[in-house]
Amino acid sequence: MSALTVLYALLFYAATAILVGGVAYQSWVYARTPQPLKIPIPPAPTTRQGVVLRMLVEVTLFRSLFRSNKWIWLFGWIFHVALLAALLRHLRYFTEPVWAWVALIQPAGLYAGFVMLAGLAGLWARRFLVDRVRYISSPSDHLMLALLAAIAASGLAMKYLAHTDIVALKAFFLGLMAFDWQELPADPVLLVHLALVAALMIVFPLSKLLHAPGVFFSPSLNQVDDARERRHAAGWSARISHAGRARGG
Amino acid sequence: MAAFETPALGEYPVIPLVRVGAMAHSKPFVAKAEFQKPLGFPGELVPDWEKVAVTKLGELVSQSRALQVFLDSCVKCGACTDKCHYYLGTSDPKNMPVARQDLLRSVYRRYYTFAGKHFPKLVGARDMTREVLDDWYSYFHQCSQCRRCSVFCPYGIDTAEISMAARDIMDSVGLGQKYSNEIIGKVHKIGNNLGLPGPALRNTLDGLEEDVKEATGVDVRFPLDQKGAEVLLVTPSADFFAEPHIDGLIGYAKVLHAAGISWTLSSHASEAANFSLFIGNHDNLQKVAGRIREAALDLGVKRIVVGECGHAWRVAYSFWNTLIGPFDFLDPRYPAPQHICEVTHDLIRRGALTLDKSANDDKVVTFHDSCNVSRGSRMGDMPGGQFVIPREIIRACVNKFVDMAPETIGETTFCCGGGGGLLTDDLIELRVKGAAPRMQALQQVVEEHGVNYMAAICAICKSQFTKVLPYYQHPMDMIGSVHGLVSSAIVLGPKQ
Repeated sequence: MSALTVLYALLFYAATAILVGGVAYQSWVYARTPQPLKIPIPPAPTTRQGVVLRMLVEVTLFRSLFRSNKWIWLFGWIFHVALLAALLRHLRYFTEPVWAWVALIQPAGLYAGFVMLAGLAGLWARRFLVDRVRYISSPSDHLMLALLAAIAASGLAMKYLAHTDIVALKAFFLGLMAFDWQELPADPVLLVHLALVAALMIVFPLSKLLHAPGVFFSPSLNQVDDARERRHAAGWSARISHAGRARGG
Repeated sequence: MAAFETPALGEYPVIPLVRVGAMAHSKPFVAKAEFQKPLGFPGELVPDWEKVAVTKLGELVSQSRALQVFLDSCVKCGACTDKCHYYLGTSDPKNMPVARQDLLRSVYRRYYTFAGKHFPKLVGARDMTREVLDDWYSYFHQCSQCRRCSVFCPYGIDTAEISMAARDIMDSVGLGQKYSNEIIGKVHKIGNNLGLPGPALRNTLDGLEEDVKEATGVDVRFPLDQKGAEVLLVTPSADFFAEPHIDGLIGYAKVLHAAGISWTLSSHASEAANFSLFIGNHDNLQKVAGRIREAALDLGVKRIVVGECGHAWRVAYSFWNTLIGPFDFLDPRYPAPQHICEVTHDLIRRGALTLDKSANDDKVVTFHDSCNVSRGSRMGDMPGGQFVIPREIIRACVNKFVDMAPETIGETTFCCGGGGGLLTDDLIELRVKGAAPRMQALQQVVEEHGVNYMAAICAICKSQFTKVLPYYQHPMDMIGSVHGLVSSAIVLGPKQ
């Protein structure tokens, strides 16, 4: 067993623990923090089902963003869809036998790499070209785009420039999952790709990538507009009591 | 106050280029100790204020899921950057919603996140310093908490919540805004924003009864503290004095008279406005709202109706049930509370009012959706009722009505520029510049359709436009109440 294999094995265990633990912890923080007042953004749904539909449209089609700015929507949406496709394509490295639908989407997942890069390039260009967006961008915003672009580029490089031994790679990941470690191919591009992915997993719960769980907890999007029909109370508003109450009977 | 230029309106709206520091000089007067103390705030900047502010920030975040999620989730996509009327009117980049949020988010990150504690430069985290506090005071008083940005945010991040939190933190360290805090103090002490005591109010209402009698020959009553009335009407105190607000109040009285609904005002709760919303302080919010519960119980009314006031309706519709409910002592057949527009609309639909549209034939009317009604509340029983109901009332009262451009009304309406506790002369430059996007849309319907009357259902909007319209070469009396239109059109006396 090479030192490299051990290093990467440990890295991926750690990254997975931080990603899963961090997102779970943050989600728990969001869930436990009370929302004392009703603040849905109108026109808001008046039923729970309506909220589910609103949220679904928001997270799959980015409706608000579409209304707001067609360029950001275009680049942002194709990036996210392509990222999803690429992630699903990678399931083939973690399943044996490979699920039928994963096999089916392999070609799409491949193009997704290019689409992802195009989306990222568009988003990044805005950070330089639009003066308002330039003003609000901090170094971490650029780094995040750089990280994602480097992941996509190194992935594509393995497909088109410097092939790696994907059979051995798959054995490595299946081994990790079964706690039966296998040798990792020592191809430089692969090592870069994997290191960047691990970095992304680690920064996820520590960064603005928290928007992924966050959006589901956003009170302005997930509250039902029924303030008059149902008395809402949480946190400090649940501790309200009225001196004049007795009088009302 | 330095001289300033009123923004020039072109043929179509333009998103301005960033001009750093363009409004850095804009600051409202600071509240003296006499205006801080009655609200439970320190009279001056406390020693060790940096620590107090950071601790308070942590407390507020732990008590509000909205803050917690909003501070963590922004990805700086830029969708909101051209949505704020203050950015559009001033070009100051700190008036872009995301940049305004970042004034507070940078401090949150520094003290409450791993990345900000260990890599502050990388993620734009900042220590709580005097410079940061000054920035907060300036720019969190350049936000009217109108929520327009939140409509466009993919995560629903609401800058109003952040600006309220920032003002609450500033109050807690002794740096308050004079305008809002002085007014809240008056409500605590006397019961309304104007500091108008009961006898003076009765006097004013007597005058109104005489005026209406003279104009119409009908005895329309303006009852005060009348026990056993069916409806308690709670309206902004500007309705008692200011033009064009007062026409609205006369309109409510005529509607209730025509419908035969017994009603009363209350000298204890003679104010619908609740400026505690603007300063983000829930103790004061609840205390001010509490007067209305007390008055309703004391007078034994069966319904509570709220007059034309934007943020008051947000507080009433969205928060009253939480703050002063449950309303189990009111008649369950009516929504509690009810907006005066809902009452009038319902009466019109049932044919209970006689309206003569030709009385308003001198007017070509448009409607300004007020931000807090549009984005902080609802009317009627369907989403978006707050846009439909006032328009249906106007259409029932006038022959000529046109809407402004669709992206400037409804849930994407532009704030008047004076909301959120900014309706003060020490911020006049901000108010004039912040009104530019609304003035742009108004200009278009004036030129294309000859609009000469803009109706609104918010006391702040009415006062703000009265002041600001002349800067844009429109007459100040171009702004009016929706119930002012009802008042002109309504035919009193036996139904014909």
